[in-house]
Amino acid sequence: MRYSAFRIFKEGLTGNKGWKAAWREPDPKPEYDIIIIGGGGHGLSTAYYLSKEFGMRNVAVLEKGWLGSGNIGRNTTIIRSNYLLPGNQPFYEMSMKLWENLEQDTNYNSMVSQRSILNLFHSDAQRDAFVRRGNAMFLSGADAELADEAQLRRELPFLNFDNARFPIKGGLYQRRGGTARHDAVAWGYARGADSRGVDIIQNCEVTGIDIENGVCRGVQTTRGAIRARKVAMCVAGSSGRVAALAGMRLPIESHVLQAFVSEGLKPVLPGVITFGAGHFYVSQSDKGGLVFGGDIDGYNTYAQRGNLPVVEDVAEGGMAIMPMIGRARLLRSWGGVMDMSMDGTPFIDKTHIEGLYFNGGWCYGGFKATPASGYCYAHLLAKDEPHPVAAQMRLDRFMTGNLIDEKGQGNQPNLH
Amino acid sequence: MIINHPLLGPRDAAEFVYLGDACMMDRPDWQAEDAMAQFVEYGYLRDNPAGEHQELWYHEQGDRSWLVITRNTLTHEISKVEMARDVARSRGRDK
Repeated sequence: MRYSAFRIFKEGLTGNKGWKAAWREPDPKPEYDIIIIGGGGHGLSTAYYLSKEFGMRNVAVLEKGWLGSGNIGRNTTIIRSNYLLPGNQPFYEMSMKLWENLEQDTNYNSMVSQRSILNLFHSDAQRDAFVRRGNAMFLSGADAELADEAQLRRELPFLNFDNARFPIKGGLYQRRGGTARHDAVAWGYARGADSRGVDIIQNCEVTGIDIENGVCRGVQTTRGAIRARKVAMCVAGSSGRVAALAGMRLPIESHVLQAFVSEGLKPVLPGVITFGAGHFYVSQSDKGGLVFGGDIDGYNTYAQRGNLPVVEDVAEGGMAIMPMIGRARLLRSWGGVMDMSMDGTPFIDKTHIEGLYFNGGWCYGGFKATPASGYCYAHLLAKDEPHPVAAQMRLDRFMTGNLIDEKGQGNQPNLH
Repeated sequence: MIINHPLLGPRDAAEFVYLGDACMMDRPDWQAEDAMAQFVEYGYLRDNPAGEHQELWYHEQGDRSWLVITRNTLTHEISKVEMARDVARSRGRDK
């Protein structure tokens, strides 16, 4: 069923009785060409591009809960491609281009809104770093715009420009950045993959990975054994647990990142704003709530909730750049489990086990990467060679020394 | 979270800095044949368990001691707090 304005009009006149479920509820078949473990944003986009771009139809997505119950439903919905290094900036720019065409491509309203993202800077050194970043973005074909203090005072008069410690000196805009409706992204990809024959199997937890003589042959699940030529792990947040089923240790620690929503307000924020001195980012949802977040809690956890010291830290960051936020009441908060990789960059790679593939380590940045992650993973699964823009996101990069160390902080997680 | 320090009693977790998995205490032998592979594993690979996890915390805002804390990563429950020095000695190290 295709969605269109005409369809909405017709259904409105006939009591909305013609709408059907957006995807089927199939039982697992005994064997597939490709099994994707994890029905989050990345797993579903992988299935979508596998079926649409690479013609693979005999594919299953196994999700232990329901679609949208993991990190795709636990983020701050920001999309952007303002990275720096040749190993990752072209990847995020590819993602941005896919976002721009996502709704037309999937025929689903994912509410992609290019309302701009602004990274504030507070010192001359930080401005120089942002100029460099802007130039790196130009090199990958992305857009960037340096705004000085006078321009920002005109455009965003509510910011605290005269903060004694961190006066705002300007900012780096990416006008094409913005937000999207997070769970609609999952639903759009699920519907698109399902309509091309992909089986999306919910409430089906993988409990074992079958490896015979070093070759992956399938998985054990709570709904029985399923054989497959290729098994693709795509469970960011739980990568450690699932990889352990195959006897693998990963360069990943799981941490929790909290996010918050205020009560609904009249439109006050035109786009996404990030604080360059602390760690704070804020946007306003289409329903009016201010959506904001800060640092991870900072210790290993799989609990999808955080602790109070970080709530305090985020609130302080918000008050430092936008004192008016103190008048808004906090409505709710949530915690998502982050796959913090050891250099802050993800992995899309084969493993040392034949037929077993890995996608994970997205740190904070999984949501914006959803389309390109799925596309590049599908490319790897279909052709057994990496997509050029993801070619450096390898599992062995710590052994070979080819880190993609965006922040230059070495082998501690808690980056980005 | 409240951390029950063996010397100082219950302290707020905000006084501490987290380093990570307590396997960081077991530094490989740099003269070993396969020292390269061992250090890659030591520096980067983690068990990352869901459940009981032994980890290093530094009491930076307090007595600046290192602790080995056994904590459940699913519930944040802390079941054991030891001085890192005592743990190292129990593993046969001289200091």
